[in-house]
Amino acid sequence: MTGTVQVLLGTKKGVFILESDAARVAWDLRGPYCETWPINHVIADPATGALYGAGGNAWFGPAVWRSTDGGTTWTHSSRGLAYAAGEEPVASVWSLAMGHGRLYAGVEPAGLFVSDDDGETWSHVEGLQNTPSRPEWNPGGAGLILHSLVLHPDDPKQIWVGISAAGVFHTADGGATWEPRNRGTRADFMPEGQNYPEHGQCVHCLVMAPGRPARLYQQNHCGMYRSDDGGRSWASVEEGLPSSFGFPAAVHPRDPERLFLVPLNGDTAGRYMPDAKAAVWRTDDGGGAWTAAREGLPQQNAFFNVLRQALATDRLAPAGVYFGTGSGEVYASRDEGAAWKRIAEHLPTISSVETFVATV
Amino acid sequence: MRDALPRPVCARLPALFDALFPGVERRLEVEAATVAELVDALEARWPGMRDRICDSRPEIRKHINVFVDGRRVRLDTPLAPGADVFILTAISGG
Repeated sequence: MTGTVQVLLGTKKGVFILESDAARVAWDLRGPYCETWPINHVIADPATGALYGAGGNAWFGPAVWRSTDGGTTWTHSSRGLAYAAGEEPVASVWSLAMGHGRLYAGVEPAGLFVSDDDGETWSHVEGLQNTPSRPEWNPGGAGLILHSLVLHPDDPKQIWVGISAAGVFHTADGGATWEPRNRGTRADFMPEGQNYPEHGQCVHCLVMAPGRPARLYQQNHCGMYRSDDGGRSWASVEEGLPSSFGFPAAVHPRDPERLFLVPLNGDTAGRYMPDAKAAVWRTDDGGGAWTAAREGLPQQNAFFNVLRQALATDRLAPAGVYFGTGSGEVYASRDEGAAWKRIAEHLPTISSVETFVATV
Repeated sequence: MRDALPRPVCARLPALFDALFPGVERRLEVEAATVAELVDALEARWPGMRDRICDSRPEIRKHINVFVDGRRVRLDTPLAPGADVFILTAISGG
């Protein structure tokens, strides 16, 4: 296959882009873009290659940035990306998703916005704020953030969101009404006997299996889970992992049974690589069994973390897998996660990793 | 009551606006009787500028300072004719 692969990095100090040909051996780094704003998530429109960066700046507030020339130049907008006067303002944009001709943005404090003009103007999906449990939502360590946005590939009215620390919610009517979908996921931080609430779980990352919309995976603060009914019920798949704690999860581009994780050593143990040895864990059977890949990854003194949106795959065959660290390194595998190579270092803290493959 | 005559003030915008609003004039005269009216005028001239200066409460952003005659002001602060209005980014970072 010919073409280019872009690895899109959202960092604490702007957007960076790593670029390679389809061989994925040699990488060039560009950036920083977006005026070094903290950028939580960067995605590409798979149809056009237009780039969108979501973030917020301490001085200037939230915005979604857009580039239509491969990242060379960017514009920004937050028109309509606001709650009503008097309410706590939107501080930052945390997540983006594109589908069915629309661009969605998840924000802090938790809420959902949608744009029908490529991010130029935004409308509030107010139904999520009217969820009965909304007054009881509490923030996680990064704030009350809507960080996971999963769109149904065929039904534009179905959306799943992951909110820390409110849990997973689903709408089947385009956002007018939402229901919690957390049954079976633990909240270990609640009092004994109250560890399976209807909402209030600390979901860390929610992803959908390719070609199987009812199959969801979630890395939670308290365990790793799989659902085969669109999140109505969840089953633990953490047996065999070194820890029940981690942030990101990434699906394979074609195989719904295959998933990649980067568990950390535990929420009260420092939140770095278990035993300070870096590994990406993989299942080929939907979480039944897990294996660690370590080739090419540091096996001593690896005290870094990998944040919730900082693990991704590309759509080539064999699939590439990529992750970015809190200490500014990017590791890449071009053989489905078996062997790894560091392709960037000394970057700011990496918040997100996504890919875009342009075929010629 | 608002004066019917034009009330130009001199507004000075943050240096970082050069990158956010290409072609921006960082020193300009604006007819405005309050800080809010000044922001309205800036928004009309450079769409999107209001969101960079103000949040949706609406208030001047926490890390943006607007000074008139050496004092921090609010959106509802009146502006005298000829006032010098400095819109500045606060010390912030990490």
